[in-house]
Amino acid sequence: MKRGPRAVRIKVNPDLCEGHNRCFALAPDLFEVDDYGLSRARHDGAIPPEREEQARLAIDNCPEFAISVIEGD
Amino acid sequence: MTDVPETCPVSDWATDYDIFDPDYVHDPAPIWDELRMRCPIAHTTRWGGSWLPTRYDDLQAMVRMVPALSSRSTAVVPPPPALREQLVAEAKKYGAETPPISADPPEHKPFRRMILPFFSPRAVEAQIPYTRALCHSLIDGFIAKGEADAAVDYAQQITPRVIAYVLGIDPGRADEFVEWVRGLLELGQTQPAMRIKYRGVIRDFFKDMVAERRANPGDDPISTLIEAEVEGKKLDDYKIVGVCFLLLVAGIDTTWSSISSSLLHFATHPEDQARLRAEPELLPTAVEEMLRFYAPVTMARKVTEPVEISGVALQPGDKVLMNFPAANRDPAVFDRPDKVVLDRQRNRHIAFGLGIHRCAGSNLARMEMQVALHTWFDRIGTFELTHPDSITWAGGQVRGPRSVPVRFGAAVC
Repeated sequence: MKRGPRAVRIKVNPDLCEGHNRCFALAPDLFEVDDYGLSRARHDGAIPPEREEQARLAIDNCPEFAISVIEGD
Repeated sequence: MTDVPETCPVSDWATDYDIFDPDYVHDPAPIWDELRMRCPIAHTTRWGGSWLPTRYDDLQAMVRMVPALSSRSTAVVPPPPALREQLVAEAKKYGAETPPISADPPEHKPFRRMILPFFSPRAVEAQIPYTRALCHSLIDGFIAKGEADAAVDYAQQITPRVIAYVLGIDPGRADEFVEWVRGLLELGQTQPAMRIKYRGVIRDFFKDMVAERRANPGDDPISTLIEAEVEGKKLDDYKIVGVCFLLLVAGIDTTWSSISSSLLHFATHPEDQARLRAEPELLPTAVEEMLRFYAPVTMARKVTEPVEISGVALQPGDKVLMNFPAANRDPAVFDRPDKVVLDRQRNRHIAFGLGIHRCAGSNLARMEMQVALHTWFDRIGTFELTHPDSITWAGGQVRGPRSVPVRFGAAVC
């Protein structure tokens, strides 16, 4: 059976996020932030393959190392 | 720097650094590079004595050593003895003076949650029209002359008005706010009398403002603080004044330094200026790169229990300068750290600090930088320094150029 690229799933660790909002600035359709600036991955963290590079940018720009790939890596 | 008393020359930067040495204030990066190689956490007995970390990983670790590295004393230069005694007495009675920045857990969190909503992405978006109109009106004031001081006539005019607008106080008093904050934070570092005077001036101003808002509450942060509760109790005026004090002081010379540094950079790097003009879509990464490269803020921590970091034993009572600017130049983390790369895609800089004390106003600062630079590039043609030798820098707690005289042509649309 032919398999497409494996979907990536990401997570924002709420214990590490301090509200820098870099992820939200880089990919507002992948992350949402509350009034305290704390971030959460939208769509339960599911990243469509065509948005994976943007998710990786968010991960690599987080000063708290709060975002990680939990599936598909 | 004309306000700093002459001190003896530095013999060894690893054991005797001087944050007010003219070479250090002008360009500390080569000194950090040297220290990172041979003594990554330097020490000095000058200015009250302190430790100076220079590696990214050490800064990342140190912000998480809470409360062993306490925020009760965040001033890079300790207060003069008379003020120190007063602050100790006040802390006994009231707790942290300017929470959340000068508070440790558990006192820190409720104050942090009180102020963060004023600076959320949504709240900051609502300040864009005011900021943009302000930038345009400032440029209207000097564009016909073909020259201006990008620091004094532009950057320094923007940030006090924007924070005043956010706080619901009179932006028309911006020049006074600038005088107060410079007196407290910049000149006050080496002139204790000035520090004491302006601390009093700012506190008195907010005492009056709080009384006024108690009588006439509105939809503004001061009124919100008056109504706020911690553990079911309203705040006393000492705390409300302290939080307001923090919000005003932290919002002025920090971002003004960043905008000034950015315009100085573009005035002295025509290739970057031309590139940003040709590729305005680079503005967001360019702003992050300016923040990385010219990070203005160093905060201090007070050691409250013995801790070891990278082989250095810190003892209670020691002071640590949280050298976020040096971390941003660490070659272990940043490719070509001493080169400004306007489209740097991966930029995990820590100009706004880290951890529980991450700059609460970082969204506002970023917005001000973006709007200020966008509007400047939109209206002002190619610009260059008129007197390349006349750039003066402030250093210590907040580093940035205080005068950036430029001449320019009209923008070509």
